[in-house]
Amino acid sequence: MYQWDFGILWSYRWLFLNGLGVTVGFTIVIVVCGLLFGLLGAFGSLSRFKALRLLALTFIEAFRCTPILVQLIWFYYALPILAGVEMTPITASALALALYGGSFYSEIIRGGIVSIDKGQSEAGAALGMTPSQSMRRIVLPQAIKRMIPALMNQSIIQFKNTSLVSVLAVPDLVYQSQVAAHDSYRPLETYTAVAVAYAAILIPLTILVRRGEKRLAVGE
Amino acid sequence: MSETSKIEIRALRKRFGSNEVLKNINLDVAKGGVVALIGPSGSGKSTLLRCINLLVVPDGGSVRVGDTRFAFGDGTKLPDTKTLAKFRATTGMVFQHFNLFPHMTTLQNVMEGPVTVRRMAKADAERLARAQLAKVGLAEKADQYPLTLSGGQKQRVAIARALAMEPDVMLFDEATSALDPELVGEVLNVIQQLASEGMTMVIVTHEIAFAREVADRLVFMRDGIVVEEGPARQVIDNPQEAATRAFLSHFHRTGALPPANTVS
Repeated sequence: MYQWDFGILWSYRWLFLNGLGVTVGFTIVIVVCGLLFGLLGAFGSLSRFKALRLLALTFIEAFRCTPILVQLIWFYYALPILAGVEMTPITASALALALYGGSFYSEIIRGGIVSIDKGQSEAGAALGMTPSQSMRRIVLPQAIKRMIPALMNQSIIQFKNTSLVSVLAVPDLVYQSQVAAHDSYRPLETYTAVAVAYAAILIPLTILVRRGEKRLAVGE
Repeated sequence: MSETSKIEIRALRKRFGSNEVLKNINLDVAKGGVVALIGPSGSGKSTLLRCINLLVVPDGGSVRVGDTRFAFGDGTKLPDTKTLAKFRATTGMVFQHFNLFPHMTTLQNVMEGPVTVRRMAKADAERLARAQLAKVGLAEKADQYPLTLSGGQKQRVAIARALAMEPDVMLFDEATSALDPELVGEVLNVIQQLASEGMTMVIVTHEIAFAREVADRLVFMRDGIVVEEGPARQVIDNPQEAATRAFLSHFHRTGALPPANTVS
């Protein structure tokens, strides 16, 4: 029978906290940038111009249909060779994760916009609104309400996906725990603690999302 | 006629794919005139109405409302979105399914056009909006959301919303077709009131008795062409074309408007 000893992790507390800080900071960056890419992708895929639609679709499908682990490695190792762009591991992984998340955000945002009845933008147009006015005043306020639960869900996935950046030696929570595990010869305790740390942050968030969903459903 | 006409449609054509919906349509609406467009579904009457404010862009012919004229066809450039928006601001439209903005109160719905399109100050827009709501008998519903209103009330708010733009002409696209029968009267009464105030209107409707009372001209369409046109009473009481007769035989053509107890 294995003898659990979590006490040993205490001496690595600063390492873990450091890693957790990197993980949370990283998540904030890739969620914000991912949403920006998502907005661009969504508007691109709904554009009147075929070239823009094609560009957006290529971006969305390229990142949606390849594994994020492959993208991370590709951005760090292949891009410098192909394009001559040298990137730090942090930049490469932030870019890959933001684009990966952005491709999913794009579909959520596009879906939210097209789910709004066509009569709504027609009513706006009939009042004399330009397409951008009716998007801003009529369609988006209704669409955002419907998007929020799915966007929150995707952001939770983004948070967990940051665990993959350790393959590029970005010092996130998983990377630091690898260090601790090697040092202490206690991988079971270490990775259990890491799993608990992720869950401790995400479970309250999912409860918040669920509550938000209920409140939004009432407003429909 | 053409000197005083408010709306002038010439040689209008529109096709959706292989389906030719409008074939060489001509239509004049006098200033202050009320034209009822009737016909079986698929006859092109709603498409024609939507061509008047260019919600549907025609393939050929011309559309004039007031002093603004647009020509369509090979080689003519389509008007840009700004020009279109400016043009549509002068025509009010009421839809079959109301299309109220569900995220705004009744008052905000009516204020939206004046504030966003006409850049009116909020206080002025609110005064205007409250006046329009009072006109359709819904002043006390100003702070409610559309969800809480009956179909007839929703449609009256939609009329108030269109009127708040102070349009030159009003277009009604089967405004009572989605309503329960007992709610039709309150909407028709508002339309009738507008007619008596001299508003230029084009009304797509299945309410033949109403068209007979309120419209001065009637246009019967079938398969994308105008089959018969004339003074409303004359066409309804004494149709000349066999197709018109066949269509009208499905309706009670006379009789009073449905009662409207709910209009205050």
